[in-house]
Parts: sequence; C-alpha cells; structure tokens
Amino acid sequence: MATQSATLDVNGEAREFQGDPRKTLLDFLRHDLKLTGTKKGCDHGQCGACTVIVNGRRINSCLSLAIMHDGDQIITIEGIGTPGDLAAIQSAFVTHDGFQCGYCTPGQICSATAMLKELAAGWPSAVTETVTDTPAPSDKELRERMSGNLCRCGAYSNIIAAIREVIQSEEGT
Amino acid sequence: MKPFDYRRVANLQPVDQPGDRLIAGGTNLLDLMKLEVEAPRRLLDISRAGHDQITAHEGGLRIGALVTNADCAADPRIRADYPVLAKAILAGASPQLRNKATTGGNLCQRTRCQYFMATDTRCNKRQPGSGCDALQGVNRNHAVLGTSEACIATYPGDMAVALTALDAGVEVLGQDGTRVIPVAEFHQLPGDDPARDNVLRDDEVITAVTLPEPAAGRQSYRKIRDRSSYAFALVSVAAVIELREGRFARVALAFGGLAHKPWRDPQTEAVLTGRSPSPTLFDQAADALLAKAKGRGGNDFKIALARRALAAVLTEATEE
Repeated sequence: MATQSATLDVNGEAREFQGDPRKTLLDFLRHDLKLTGTKKGCDHGQCGACTVIVNGRRINSCLSLAIMHDGDQIITIEGIGTPGDLAAIQSAFVTHDGFQCGYCTPGQICSATAMLKELAAGWPSAVTETVTDTPAPSDKELRERMSGNLCRCGAYSNIIAAIREVIQSEEGT
Repeated sequence: MKPFDYRRVANLQPVDQPGDRLIAGGTNLLDLMKLEVEAPRRLLDISRAGHDQITAHEGGLRIGALVTNADCAADPRIRADYPVLAKAILAGASPQLRNKATTGGNLCQRTRCQYFMATDTRCNKRQPGSGCDALQGVNRNHAVLGTSEACIATYPGDMAVALTALDAGVEVLGQDGTRVIPVAEFHQLPGDDPARDNVLRDDEVITAVTLPEPAAGRQSYRKIRDRSSYAFALVSVAAVIELREGRFARVALAFGGLAHKPWRDPQTEAVLTGRSPSPTLFDQAADALLAKAKGRGGNDFKIALARRALAAVLTEATEE
C-alpha cells in the first residue's frame, strides 16, 4: 500500500493530504489539520456530528476518504465564523440555546447552513406535500431537513427556533 | 478497516481483477469496510468518471449511474413526471447521505441485516455456508416473502422500490458491450446463494437507469418505519395507479421491506385490474400478495402491516 497525496481547499487554504488512503476526511480534518471543531460521533453516518460542506453540499465526513477529495472545497465550522465574527446562524444558536453539551453543534450548524441553500433552491423533502411545489420553510419541513443531525440532549426545538430566526431575518432584508 | 490500494479512474469501467471494488459515494461501502464486512484489496474511485447527468431518452429519461440521490430527487423532470421516484429517494437516508449516494451505488446497497453487519455472527451472505443467525434471532426487520432457509435478509433501499413500480431499466456495461436489465430482474432472491444480491456480473458496471415514458395516473410512495424520518422501511409501497371510469385501468405496485428484492406481484395487480375499488377488493389483493408470506417470529407483524399499508395506498389513490 503506497502513500498517496491530494490537495484540498479547506476553509480557503490549500492543505496537503498525504498518507494512508484509509484516512477519512473527518480524521484528516481533526488529526492532521487540528481542525477539531468537526466532531466524531458514531463514525458510521448515523448521527451527523461530522457534517461538513464539500463543494457547497453537506456530507458526513466520516463516510468519505480524504484521498477522494483532491481539489475539493471544504468548509468546516471553523470556516463558517469565528468567536469574534459569528455567522448569523451561530449567533442564532446562542440566542435560542440551540444546544446543551454542544457536541453535535458544529455538525448542526454546518448542516443548517447548507440546508438553507437547498431550501432556497426549491428542493423538496419527504414531507413536502406535492414534490413539484416550492416548499415553504415550515417547522415540519425544517425538522425533516435536519433529521440527519441527532442531538442527544434534545435541543431540537431550540435548534429549529434558531434556524427560523435566520430564515426570518433573511426574508426581512 | 483493512489496508487497500486506491486509484482514481477517469472512465466508468468494470473492475479488472479480483479484490477490486468500485467506489463512488462510498456511504455504504466505507461503512461496511469499517466493520470489516467488506475488505477490498483495491478501491477504484469512479466518483469523477462522468455519467452524472439526467438526459431525455426514448420518450423517458436516462439517469446516469453517478447522479446523486439528492440531484435526482431535486430534478424538475423527475418531480413532475416520476414523483414516486422523488418521494422514495427523499424518504431514504439523510440529506447528507443523499448528497453523496449515487444512483448506481444505491441499487447495489447491501442489506442492513444486523447479522450480516456483525462479523462475530453466522451469516450465509457474508460468509457462505456459515449459517444464518437471523432465523432464530432478532428478526423483526427481516423478510416475509421469497425467503430461503439460508437467508431472510431484506433489500433495504427505497429508490429501487419506486423504480420497480415504474418499470425502469438498469443499463450495464460489460466486456461484451451494454445490456439493459429490467429493474424487477436486477435484484434476486436469496435461494441457496445469498452472497449474491443481484445479477450484475463481476465484469459489469452500472452505467445508468432508464425510465420509460411517464405513466398516466397517480403515483405515491408510502413508507412505514420505526421513526418518522431517517430510518429503513418496515414496509413500503410504491404505487402507479390509473383509474378509468371508476375502475383500475393500470396498477403497478412494488413493496420494500418485505423481501430480498423490491417485491412486485403480477397476481396482486391482476386482482385489482378492471375492478372497482372497494375495501373487499383491497383485502382480496392483500390475500394474493401475502398468500405465501412467512413470518419468523419477530417479523410476523409485517404481514398484517403490509395488508394495511396496501389498503391505505389503494384508498388514497382512488379517492376523488
């Protein structure tokens, strides 16, 4: 097994991956780049704690190999905002207590960020009554669209409130 | 995870040596590699090998094998003309997984039987000849139709159930060129060789799924599961139903969660065709569907659940 390499754009910076092709994107971000905001929960694509945005799409970084992402643009929680310059969705999570322990939060926020783009693009979901319709951002829609992110503390209602605030503030502008 | 070699390939091609596996989205394969249920010696990465477009094809559509589930379900043509397919895809997995999972890979996804996924148990699918711990084990998720004493696993997907009701084709490329397999014949029953999920040969690769001209009538997908989102089906029903003058003119029904493949039963459809909808008729259709159903204890409830799911789908499809 040969060592192999790839270059990934992570939060706007070119980063070199080199090593065992078994390494997941998640382990590359956390272990090699020390970007430990992205969390490992189940490591099997069931909990969403590892959600990052790749080329504009949210994915489970635990179920993807780093070597497969040569040239891809990766956004992690560190690229969404910083403590001194929070993104609107991050501020809304703080305002609405969208967490208790916080472990799932980076995944929730990355997921919500990409989810809002899917909604804006008019993608239907499993609860959209008629799939040809442009879905309205009801709580039912938001819950379904965030179902890939588990929160064992059960902060779901506050997470939905935070997302709703961002949608309403965007509608207002 | 066992060590493997990795190579990206530019074209969609079958594997050329034993121990090779193709990887695209990887959402199922990498999961199974972590569990060491799968241990390929080499991964051929086809994720950038094209075949990622949906195009017009013989009055219908051709969905490239590398079109993601997310893109397929969001496509305006799929939503307008094949809503059962959009609904089935959206009923499966999570948004994150649908962004990676591909059309070809989804057809090939492996069972979620917990004995198949645990290497310290006996499983004829994972290790031929070792036995089946599901027969006497925890089997509430298992099949009730078309099973064998070697395997009672289910095919877990949603997309293929809708494709089966739509009479889709699976286009595959092999050494001898291209062939199209009707999706209803793509997956196979376990028999005495459950290691094989489908009829795809080792030297073949899926290049596309073809959809025939849009069918008239109502399309629906009903999925019953333990929680309302992000769970595999206990029972699911894909339906394409056309009524004319108060009678069933055309009925296509495919079921998930009941068998080792998406289940389509011509007799059930024949019971309904030409008749007027009524609860009695729906019961007769369920009798035909479930005549040979066999529970194994934990999954006995699926037989009653399938009957009720069928009645609910037919009721909804025939409402004014």
